[in-house]
Amino acid sequence: MPLDTQSPILRATGLNKSYGDRAALIDASFELWPGEVLAIVGESGSGKTTLLNALAARDQPDSGSVEFQLEGGALTNIFTMTEAQRRLLARTDWGFVHQNSADGLRMDVSAGANVGERLMALGQRHYGKLRATACDWLARVEIDPARIDDLPRHFSGGMRQRLQIARNLVTQPRLVFMDEPTSGLDVSVQAKLLDLLRQLTQQLGLASVIVTHDLAVARLLAHRMIVMRRGRIVETGLTDQVLDDPQHPYTQLLVSSVLQP
Amino acid sequence: MTTPVLRLTNVSKQFTLHHQGMTLPVLQNVNFEVAAGECVVLDGSSGMGKSTLLKLIYANYRVSAGSIQYAQTGHAPLELTTATPRRLIDVRRHHIGYVSQFLRVIPRISTLDLVAEPLLAELGYDEHALKQARERAGVWLTRLRIPERLWSLAPATFSGGEQQRVNIARSMIKPRALLLLDEPTASLDALNTQTVVTLIHEAIAAGAAAVGIFHDQAVGNQLATRRIDMTNFRSITCAAQ
Repeated sequence: MPLDTQSPILRATGLNKSYGDRAALIDASFELWPGEVLAIVGESGSGKTTLLNALAARDQPDSGSVEFQLEGGALTNIFTMTEAQRRLLARTDWGFVHQNSADGLRMDVSAGANVGERLMALGQRHYGKLRATACDWLARVEIDPARIDDLPRHFSGGMRQRLQIARNLVTQPRLVFMDEPTSGLDVSVQAKLLDLLRQLTQQLGLASVIVTHDLAVARLLAHRMIVMRRGRIVETGLTDQVLDDPQHPYTQLLVSSVLQP
Repeated sequence: MTTPVLRLTNVSKQFTLHHQGMTLPVLQNVNFEVAAGECVVLDGSSGMGKSTLLKLIYANYRVSAGSIQYAQTGHAPLELTTATPRRLIDVRRHHIGYVSQFLRVIPRISTLDLVAEPLLAELGYDEHALKQARERAGVWLTRLRIPERLWSLAPATFSGGEQQRVNIARSMIKPRALLLLDEPTASLDALNTQTVVTLIHEAIAAGAAAVGIFHDQAVGNQLATRRIDMTNFRSITCAAQ
């Protein structure tokens, strides 16, 4: 993580979102720096996914701003961009790894096409190069490149999740959002995926925001942690600070409720 | 006169346990300095706050009051209690190491790569850097008597002592200016204990400062250039209980 960077890659300021009478997100503010992995934890319904969707411009907050550092270095409010600009960002500088891989993959096209599609959206047309890049990325996420023409629906859950990661990272994004990327996977697959995510974030200097309810996953992957409860950020800090010396009553309850976080 | 690497001023720590409705005072008025080339050993029985003190210095625990300053040569002292998370991550990566007896890592990564990893932050993450880092990791594992046939395996199935030695290699491979030693030799046999003592001596001779806790008096005696009695830092309320 370069310390000489002058500006955060993402800055959320005063985000609020309500669904009817229910406040799902209350005054959420934080910064994310290049190369940093931030975990958002909290129980179901605490506003984790609402926050993630607001950050990734998938859902507009009622108030507040989300600024992203564009390639030139300037922080720009993503909600004042045009829809076309936001879509370009989502295809290039950002990745989004869904909890349910079917939401992030196209299940009716081949694994190779799933990886190549984002590159094609950026204007790459050379079939040979697209296929070679897809093969390379399948290998990087430890899927046998011989499966390049198979449909994701014929893949196991762990393979689909790795394919989703390859599809997202092939365009070398600078920021990746992940919604419970390892939940629903059996533990051996989960360990492999954690290792893969850790390696890729280090090698590519990616910044990422990971929503998880698994504190052990957060401890192993994230530099920093945000704890949410009832739509509010109740505690932030280095991951090990929050887990080992929790200050807020809710964080103390959360940490004491799990086996060896 | 050498500038201290570490300076603690009026540090106190209490744990507020909201659900138990309790406040546990652990440390009060901690004042001391550690210079390069010193190994300060913390003396005190179990529950006196020795580990808590190391964790406060590592910014793993948050102080209730006071100041903890880390001085790098040629730089203004850094106040660890108010440093940003980014700064703390950088300080831990390059300057302050925490050596404990417990290995806590992502499962299924080879022992060699686990030990090599701390070097990659400065060497880079390309193939050449990885090769170089693995070579140095091999040297450390050899010194700590981890047989080469185990290097490609993840340490999950290793014995407690082997895991502990892997952790020491991983924690010490990257030279750092300040070492926090939390019973690093706790369950090692005599031969390996002696190796770890030698490694710590080498780090200190190379200019590191260290603060350590050693259950084994003999180890503490071999390493200590100065000792601090933890009873000095107990709060009055606690002492009265």
